[in-house]
Amino acid sequence: MKTDRLIDALSTNLEPVGRGGMGRWLALALVAGGALTFCMMLATVGPRLGGDNNSHMGFLASKLLFALSVVITGAVFLIRSVHPGQDGRRPILLLSILLLAAGLLGVTALPSGQLADWSRIVFDAQWMTCLCCIPLFTVIPFAALILALRKGAPTNLRRTGAIAGLVAGAVGAAVYAFHCPQDSLLFIAVWYGVAIALCASVGALLGPRLLRW
Amino acid sequence: MVAGLDGDAAAYKALLARLSRNLRAYFKGQLVRIGRGPVEAEDLMQEVLMAIHTRRHTYDPAQLFTPWVHGIARYKMLDYLRRTKTSFKDLPIEDAEAVVAQDDVEGIESGHDLDGLLEQVSPKMRQAIQYVKLDGLSVSEAAARSGMSESAVKVSVHRGLKALAVLVSKRQRS
Repeated sequence: MKTDRLIDALSTNLEPVGRGGMGRWLALALVAGGALTFCMMLATVGPRLGGDNNSHMGFLASKLLFALSVVITGAVFLIRSVHPGQDGRRPILLLSILLLAAGLLGVTALPSGQLADWSRIVFDAQWMTCLCCIPLFTVIPFAALILALRKGAPTNLRRTGAIAGLVAGAVGAAVYAFHCPQDSLLFIAVWYGVAIALCASVGALLGPRLLRW
Repeated sequence: MVAGLDGDAAAYKALLARLSRNLRAYFKGQLVRIGRGPVEAEDLMQEVLMAIHTRRHTYDPAQLFTPWVHGIARYKMLDYLRRTKTSFKDLPIEDAEAVVAQDDVEGIESGHDLDGLLEQVSPKMRQAIQYVKLDGLSVSEAAARSGMSESAVKVSVHRGLKALAVLVSKRQRS
């Protein structure tokens, strides 16, 4: 094929295109994925019942705050990563700081003098549920994000996949927080962190396959 | 490019023509280091032009244009190298074409066969692309001739071009 012929074909009857659509697609994917997963949570494990005291609400708020800050920072990176020439690493740095801060907070929040209790708190009866539910709740947001990302032009597939997994994992964690009966920062920092990291690694593995264009 | 995003075909055509020359030089320079000839550079350049076209909505006019093109060109080159690695390992020496293609003029034919590629997309998309993109009919003429609605023609062209871009990027050299 001659290049001139290709250029003629591409520029004949050129359609105007809109701008800034990628941000909207990603936001739609996050909202729709999150809402569907929330329904899935209601239908399966259900929200946490009883004991609606203030400290519980406080913990729920802190879990949500953590998860949403990861979602927002990650989404900023995702928007940049589907626009060639814009993909920087600063959001990744910010994400690492965020995760590190959450981990430190979890350790320092251990009730004073109970350092010996850490294994009892971390390996609470609930840890398996947490580790299973969060990845499960990640599937829908991840699929929605991948669909949205495929409309763009990601140039670093592994990194984009990893951050998509991370963001979807954080959405899953935010939804799971409504069920989670554990009120310990250490527990949250460890198991939410592990579950989200797991999702990010799966995302990194799948990215090059799912996002190629 | 900004005019092209708004639908100015003449400006867009001029832009693609200029980019094709830049990209040809760029890929020739890059590929010659690993012993690949101008036909591969032409293949790759055409693939990038198609990618630029089908992904033009990801260009943000507030940002610089060159890094955007470079991002796409680099991505496509890495992708190309990855998928052609094994087939090129089998070749003892690069193509004979490399010898005859010393003159650097434009108009080398790439290995892509447009008609062959068009055969592989759905008949609806093929017809829409043929009318609107190759024969230069307007969307309404094409709609009247094919019996589709105007929006169906637009959608078919859009999807067809994307399908062609995918076919081009999956094509293995035999």
